[in-house]
Order: sequence, then C-alpha cells, then structure tokens
Amino acid sequence: MNEDLAITRPSAIAGSHRKQMWRRLARNRWLYLMLLPGIVYFILFKYVPMYGVLLAFKNYQPFLGFLKSEWVGMEHFSRFFGDPLFWMLLKNTFILATYNILFFFPLPIIVALLLNELRKEVYKRFIQTLIYIPHFMSWVVIVSIAYLFFTTEGGLVNEGIAAMGGEKIQFLLDPGWFRTFITAEVIWKETGWGTIIFLAALAGVDTQLYEAARMDGANRFRQLWHITLPAIRSTIIILLILRLGNFLDTGFEQIWLMLNSLNREVGEVFDTYVYSTGISQGQYSYSTAVGLFKSIVGLILVFAANQLAKRFGEEGIL
Amino acid sequence: MVRDRTFGSRLFDVLNITFLGLFALITIVPFIYIMAGSFATQKELLEKGFILFPTEFSLEAYNFIFSTSTLMRSMGVTIFITVAGTLINIVLTCLMAYPLARKDLDFRKPIQLMVIFTMLFSGGMIPTFIVVKELGMIDSYWSLLLPGAISAFNLIIIRSFFQQLPEGLEESAKIDGASDPGILMRIVIPLSMPAIATFSLFYAVGHWNTFFSAVLYINDAAKWPIQVLLRQIVILSQGGSLGDTTAFESDFVPPEQSVKMAVIVISTMPILVVYPFLQKHFAKGVLLGSVKG
Repeated sequence: MNEDLAITRPSAIAGSHRKQMWRRLARNRWLYLMLLPGIVYFILFKYVPMYGVLLAFKNYQPFLGFLKSEWVGMEHFSRFFGDPLFWMLLKNTFILATYNILFFFPLPIIVALLLNELRKEVYKRFIQTLIYIPHFMSWVVIVSIAYLFFTTEGGLVNEGIAAMGGEKIQFLLDPGWFRTFITAEVIWKETGWGTIIFLAALAGVDTQLYEAARMDGANRFRQLWHITLPAIRSTIIILLILRLGNFLDTGFEQIWLMLNSLNREVGEVFDTYVYSTGISQGQYSYSTAVGLFKSIVGLILVFAANQLAKRFGEEGIL
Repeated sequence: MVRDRTFGSRLFDVLNITFLGLFALITIVPFIYIMAGSFATQKELLEKGFILFPTEFSLEAYNFIFSTSTLMRSMGVTIFITVAGTLINIVLTCLMAYPLARKDLDFRKPIQLMVIFTMLFSGGMIPTFIVVKELGMIDSYWSLLLPGAISAFNLIIIRSFFQQLPEGLEESAKIDGASDPGILMRIVIPLSMPAIATFSLFYAVGHWNTFFSAVLYINDAAKWPIQVLLRQIVILSQGGSLGDTTAFESDFVPPEQSVKMAVIVISTMPILVVYPFLQKHFAKGVLLGSVKG
C-alpha cells in the first residue's frame, strides 16, 4: 500500500483511513467468511441464552413466548432467597466445595512429588499411564462402578460385610455417606490426571540446583523442601485460586447421578436444583433466576480470585 | 538424579514405590474386576464375590446384550455423534482460530473478547435449553452436536498455536498467490497437525462421554447415546430398557450383575483401547493449555 504513504493533506487523512480500512476488509474477505460460522455459533448458543437470563425477571409462559410473557421484577429472587431451601443449597455447596479443597486438592501435589522422587523413569511412566485412565471415563461409568461395588443388592463391599457377619450398610441411600462418596469418587477419578501440571512444573527445575544442594550436604527431604516445593509454589497458588474462583462448581453430573430421593437434603446443590425445578417441573423463570444468581456469584468469585492472584505477585488469569 | 544412598533414603524409595504402586492398583483394580465379572457366570459372582479371573469363562452376558437391539443402537448413536461431532468441532474451531491468529485483522480484539467472555459468564442451563428447544432441536442429534460446537478454551489455545507458526511461510505463500483459505488448508493445518490431533482427541472423548446434554434434549429412548442407557441399566436398574419391552413384559427379570458389568465394559472399551497409544497426546494437550491458556 505504498500509494497511501504519499497522501499528506490533513483533510484527506480521515477519509483515507476509512478507505484503507475498507481496502483491508475487502482484502481479508475470506478471513471474515471463515469467522462467520464461529461468530454465529457464539451468538446463537452463548449470547442469546445470556440475553435469555432476562427470563429471571419475567413470568415465562411457553405458549406466550419470551417477548409476551409479563415482567415480574425481582419476584423470583425474593421467593428463592426467602425459601429455607436456599440455605440448604448454600450449605451443601459450601460443604462439598470445602471437602474438595481440603481432601482432594493436596493429593495431586503429593502424588506428583512422590512420582518425581522415583529413580527409574520406567516405573514413573508405568504408574502415570495407569493413574490417568479414570479421567477419561464418564461420570456415568464411575458412578456405575461405585454402585456395583456398594449396592446392598449383591454389591461386593456389602457382600464382604455380610460374609464377616456384619450388617449391610446403605452406602448409596444413607445421607451420611453422600459427601464421603462424592469426595472419594473425585479423588479416585482425578488425582492421577491432576498430577500432570505439577509434573510439568517439576520437569522445568534445573538439576544443577539439586547437585549444588547435595554438595552442601542437603538430604532428600531438605532438597524437596528448599528446591522442589518452591519450584511448584506458583503453580499451586494459581490452581488454588482458580479453584476458589470456581468454588460453586461442585461437579454437576456426578452429584446429579449420585442423588436420589433419600439423600437430597445433603446432596442438592444449585445446579441440580435448577434442573429439577426448571426441566422437571417446568418453572423456567424461577430456575433461571436461581441459575443467574449462581452465575453472578461465580463471576464475582473469578474476579476476586484474579485480584488475589495478582496480590500474590502472580500474573493473574484474566 | 539423586545419588545419596543412606539407609533412610533407600527406605523412602521402598515406601514410595509401594505407595505409588498401591495407588495405581486401587485405580485399576475396579476396572479389572468389572471386566472379569462381565465374563463370569452369575453363580460364580455370587459365590466368590471378588474375582480377578473367572474360572468358568462365560459369554452369557455378552450374548444377552448382543441379542437385544437397544444396546447396539445406542452404541451406533454414540459412534455417530463422536465422529460427526468431532469433525464439526475441529472444522469450526480451526476456521475461527485462523483469522483470529492474524494480527492484521480488523475487529480481531472485540471478537476475541466476545469469545473469552463466554468462559466467564453463561446464560445457564434453562435459557440454553429454551434456545435449543426453540430451534426445534429436541430429539434431534443436532442438539448433541451444535450447542457445544466450539470450546472457547480450545479455540484460544489453537489460535495461540497458529500464531507461533513462522510468519515467513504465510507471506511467501501469499506472494505465490495463495488465498487465505489456501494458506489455512495447505500450510497452517498441516503444520499444526500435532495440536489438532490432540484437540480432536479431547473433543472425541467428550462426545463419547456425552451424557447430560442427551438427558436434557433427547426424550426418545431410541436415540439415547450409550451413557444414558448405561445409567438406566446400572444406576436406575431399569432393565426394561434393555431389549424389546414387549417381548419382556411377561417374565421381566432385572439384568444380572454380569450383564451390568458387560455394559460398562462395552461402553468404556473404545477409550481403553485407544488410550495406551494416545496417552502422550493427551498429556501434551494439557501442557499446551497450561502454557498458553
């Protein structure tokens, strides 16, 4: 575009800018054509539903359609916040998320550190290969396996208990066991896969550091404490902050699959409640309000987590 | 790498390998038990309880499953949505990622922002459900293929991957008169094959495990993917969904343990078969994401 450079008259600059842009748009027409399906996708399946959250402020009647349904303001929200169920959902979500952070979050770090200490690469590879497998199974498969092991009707564990003269335990129905099962299933499915990111961080540690530490007489534990852990510190912090940002996401499919009429009081969380009131009972507007509440709190948490990351001197995620 | 040979250090090695071995065993034994159980007779399962190798090898469970049309139909549905879905994912993702990787494109930033925002906020289950419903996709396979056609996360990573390709290649192709689609097809995609293969795998596993979108959008049991059927058979124990209900009505018996196990085996088999060969790609994909995400 050399001829554009020749233009010097100020009055012509604005016009020439526009002309240049049109020329670029025309030249890149294929690129815009390629973008088109993607843009249509994002608008249709992401932005139209975002606009659809306005349902939360309406009383949606399917036969009237979105536009003709009447506005009701904050009615659905005040109904939701006034319902004792709200506190139950908040409590259940909070407990499950806390269990997840306390009992699951540290495990991939520990296993990664232990894998890193293995002397033979072959062992490491072999164990890695095995422990990644459950990550690729669907929650339906994982929960199905849990059912086959723990059901009272011929399940392995209960048969074992019975054979030893004990009394069968209603693992899958008893509300007391619900949270344990949710957490244990997550540990079983995701611990192995969770190590990957830490192992990658560990692979980047300069081996000279270890040599120098050994020269200074540091034993393995001290090497771990002073070299290995600091090397993955920022990965741990970032992942913990990300996890806090997604605090309300408690693994919808898994919980939904584990729920039954007996354990609802401990198992129902925001997402499952949206499903049962919205899809099963057809209260579209009310359940949209519940979902919107969760999305907004989630958004705030992500931004807060990002600020926190920056406070820790990390780059942040946004 | 560590060369100290003190007693404590060796003891740690022994304990470490034992612990990790045990962990790997806990991970894998349930699968082996399910697989062994699927080949066992109901009698042996009941008598022995835990078997890792059936003494009486039986194909009863599989014979039963393959004699019914339901399971094979669901497998067919899942295979179809896996192949078609992955194809749609990759084509749409690459088509959108390439223009966004071109720094000279006008409106690139706002479009990118539009994509990234969807990772932070979503309309949620119900508004999406209504959109899919209004589009007339209920009980259509499109409802399983289109609403998740592009993952914003994967899109951004593939875009970054495209950006890392040497610019000189594109420019020389342009001088040779290649068009933008030509450059994408003949230069960018072939050079990005490792990344594209990795993301195809992730997309494909996701489609194979399609479950909840089918619960939401597919009411017609004849169109259920295998995961939904698996839930019916094992978790809800509604054995009636297996096989022709009319033929079953009079003397219906809930499926035996071995049948349930066989259904789990069949529905996970494809992943287990390809997994060992593709394991490296899977791991690479995560790192691709963590570095540039």
